[in-house]
Amino acid sequence: MDFLKWGRSPWGEWVLTHVSWNLFWASLYAGILFFLAHASYMLFSAHRKRSSAETDAMEASRKDLPERIERHNLTARLFHWVMAASMFVLLFTAFLPIAGVKFPWVQWHWIAGIVLVASILFHIVHASFFLDFWSIWVGPKDIPEFKAEMLRELGHDVPGPKPGKYPLGNRLYHLALVVTGLAVSITGVLMLKSVRTPFFVRDPYFLSDVGRGVTYVSHGLAGTGLVGLIIAHVYFAVRPEKWWITKSMILGWITRRQYLEHHEPGRWRVGSTSAKPAGRV
Amino acid sequence: MAVIRDIIPAFELFQPATIDDAVRLADKYRDDYWVLAGGLDSMDWLKDRLRRPKAVIDLSRITELVGIKEANGGLEIGAMTPITQVVNHPVVKEKFGLLREAAELVASPQIRNQGTLGGNVSQDTRCWYYRGGWTCYRAGGNICYADTPTAINREHAIFDADRCVAVSPSDTAPALVALEAQMVVRSTRGERVVNAADYFVGPGIDITRMNVLQPGDILTAIRIPSAFAGAQFYFEKVRDRQVWDFPLVNVASALKMSGNTISDARIVVGAVSATPKRLANVEAAIKGKSRDEATADMAGKMAVEGATTLRYNGYKVPLMRNLVKRAIRGVPAPAVTT
Repeated sequence: MDFLKWGRSPWGEWVLTHVSWNLFWASLYAGILFFLAHASYMLFSAHRKRSSAETDAMEASRKDLPERIERHNLTARLFHWVMAASMFVLLFTAFLPIAGVKFPWVQWHWIAGIVLVASILFHIVHASFFLDFWSIWVGPKDIPEFKAEMLRELGHDVPGPKPGKYPLGNRLYHLALVVTGLAVSITGVLMLKSVRTPFFVRDPYFLSDVGRGVTYVSHGLAGTGLVGLIIAHVYFAVRPEKWWITKSMILGWITRRQYLEHHEPGRWRVGSTSAKPAGRV
Repeated sequence: MAVIRDIIPAFELFQPATIDDAVRLADKYRDDYWVLAGGLDSMDWLKDRLRRPKAVIDLSRITELVGIKEANGGLEIGAMTPITQVVNHPVVKEKFGLLREAAELVASPQIRNQGTLGGNVSQDTRCWYYRGGWTCYRAGGNICYADTPTAINREHAIFDADRCVAVSPSDTAPALVALEAQMVVRSTRGERVVNAADYFVGPGIDITRMNVLQPGDILTAIRIPSAFAGAQFYFEKVRDRQVWDFPLVNVASALKMSGNTISDARIVVGAVSATPKRLANVEAAIKGKSRDEATADMAGKMAVEGATTLRYNGYKVPLMRNLVKRAIRGVPAPAVTT
């Protein structure tokens, strides 16, 4: 199977043009296989959560916490859903024609792309200055949590750390999305010069043949990768044991019990007196 | 530009005797076959080595694809019917003069003898960047060499460009769309009938195709209903060389009159976009109006609304405006040459 498509430039040179659309099918099937495999695994998983008794005890000792703890403020939720909508439009407009559903997709695609880029720029500013920027990133400090989670997954009751605000899987997913999302956005902005929009005078010679090829291939690789990533995201969002996280992205809050059951209070500190916790959320 | 070589790369030649055999071969070879109708355009592609099919399916032995028969007040024309036969057919002359005028202006007499109606409507674009063998959008690449600040794009699109600015070069296509023709397409899955207006595909829908034919499909016939039989027709083609050339712009119109009032109309312009451009807004605007200079003037102005020109094809805007005006006025069509 060829992964890359090549073409001839006017100077007779072979230049990269696209990724092979077989990669779209590969990513689609990988996403579906992942959710089937994970769903099957979860039927028999021995994953250990914090015990009810332990959570009861914690809840009894933390009556100072509000009943509802804000997990995502309105701005963060709006960003998430705007980005989700634009991402779905982008994926459907990009890949439905490849799957055989033909329609005029380009205009919808670049409009959704601009919405995505604008929302990402907003998110970078918002997360950098108004949210706890480092709470979503992964690093060496997360190795103990990773070990503990793996052991819990195997059925062991270990005292290792619970996640802070975001579960480890959530943070790893965010990292993957940052890489693919930025790749697809930066290359998409460059590709915008090749189509007619109200923003630029169309100029496909803006990039050299090699530069254009690399841009299109990067866009294709990131785009096809996003197919699998988005399938995985939607799958986890609708899983029953993850529904409380999804619900918090709709309503903005989780209960005190969910906070104590799933998080390490020491790693995600919330206020103790007001209905809305103090500090960054 | 590609260099025409003397020797065509080897392929396996099939000359089926029936449509069933042809569609079975097309299904068998899927993306790696070439359908040979009159062979006029095919020879360029094959000799330029821009198409290197594994198999060539020559339809010339299939007698059921040739001929014109009357059906329900209209006509059914086999896709392999030579254009000259279309021009000379008495019912085409009598009832569907628009098709006759358009077919009469295709290329040269020799080419019309060899070329087929199905081949003429299904032919690929003439964009020389595309035909030069460069990997442009239409050839599966990521650039349009014709729509750049320095491109030579005198013949290219002023409407509905979507990355690619190539145009449909067919003369008979606008006439068939105006006559509300239907295209009969066969594959191993069966037969389907597509309105001529939907047969042609723009780059926004599929940038690598000019029509709806998918691998395995073969155009077998073109049906012309009686809807516009005997209407007042107008066809005009403007080209660089009067003796033999593709259109710079052509216009086909069919008007039904009630006295001097236009009761129904079809106006289609070719070579201004990748598909024959039906002017539905103009048709609606002139319906119920008298056929006079004021209506013609209005129609011409409306016709070019939304046109977007490239560096060298701005002339197509006044040309199209005037052709549509002339189509409404009903200036006599150019004299036929055979």
